[in-house]
Amino acid sequence: MTEKTKEFWRWKEYNWHDEAKDPKDVETISAGVDVGSVSSQAVILLDGELYAYSNMRTGSDSPNSAINAMNWAMENTGLTMDDLHYTVGTGYGRVNVPFSDRAITEIACHARGGNTMYGPTVRTILDMGGQDCKVILCDERGKVKNFLMNDKCAAGTGRGMEVFADLLAVSIEEVGELSLDVEEEPPPVSSTCVVFAKSEASSLLRDGWSKKRVLAAYCSAMAHRVVSLLERVGVEKDFAITGGIAKNSGVVVRLERELKLTSLKSKYDTQIAGALGAALFAKALVEKQRKKVAQ
Amino acid sequence: MKANYGYMDGSGEFYITIDTDLCIECADHGCVKACPAGMFEIIVDDYDDEVAAIKEDHRKKIKYDCGPCKPVNDRPTLPCVAGCTLGALTHSW
Repeated sequence: MTEKTKEFWRWKEYNWHDEAKDPKDVETISAGVDVGSVSSQAVILLDGELYAYSNMRTGSDSPNSAINAMNWAMENTGLTMDDLHYTVGTGYGRVNVPFSDRAITEIACHARGGNTMYGPTVRTILDMGGQDCKVILCDERGKVKNFLMNDKCAAGTGRGMEVFADLLAVSIEEVGELSLDVEEEPPPVSSTCVVFAKSEASSLLRDGWSKKRVLAAYCSAMAHRVVSLLERVGVEKDFAITGGIAKNSGVVVRLERELKLTSLKSKYDTQIAGALGAALFAKALVEKQRKKVAQ
Repeated sequence: MKANYGYMDGSGEFYITIDTDLCIECADHGCVKACPAGMFEIIVDDYDDEVAAIKEDHRKKIKYDCGPCKPVNDRPTLPCVAGCTLGALTHSW
């Protein structure tokens, strides 16, 4: 792909499985599929432990995105759809997952997934997704106590960041680091609308601002925008961030600075929180079902 | 659980908060009957409890759907808030 046609917003898709685990030796194989507006993830658990996952872009067709994500997670594992004991669908396209046994909202799934990823001390989870942003307060079991969502506006979402990566011809994966490479923090661009922010950024570039400085101004605006959402609910410690933007150090560092809090870090991929939560729900539901049958 | 339905945009914050822990105790579902715009529904949530929620197709336009109940002057108690005898409902604006 030439520089002119390169899609700077396009992040790397990937799959992973734990070769040390054998799916034949387990009692329960549960799965979760998170069909988001921008990305889809599938997670497979063996007796509640992470075995495999995939992360890819959501296409124009939710059912196919769910199938593709699950097939990719199962690649080279020897598993087929028939081996999954229970599957929960979540995310924007959760009602369109053809092979799911139940649909559960991404709010409950992120709380449950976040509880596993960051531990039971996490009380506030900020999910910065592709086209929405959610603040979730949860208890020590990962049960939702309070949530607030903004899915009407692209400001403060991953899609907004993709728009900026494309505008500035900077790879989406480099945005965070580049935005931190400025001598002085510039004032934030418009934080209320991505369309206005994009026009403002074009003017700043014409005025001679460097790409790094414009990125810093946008990351700062995004952090500021999300802080106002967090403040509406009230941040309780410990605090963690999930979703694609959690991988953008430019937003995370500025967010932590504004909140005067450090977010928890995890060994898990931050984008799989929803699918992981869904797979944990699936495990609990299949066990509940078995108990009922045994009675 | 406190469920906030609505949005934040350039013009402000528009959220209806439902304390669903109180909904579990509710028998008459007064909010559903009281709202002239028919915005409320009773759903089974992710934890298998019957609770009130704002219907999906109203969530991104509550500022406008709630408008007729919110005159600028002499604002009466909102019908949904009055209808909820357990006090589970609040509006942010």
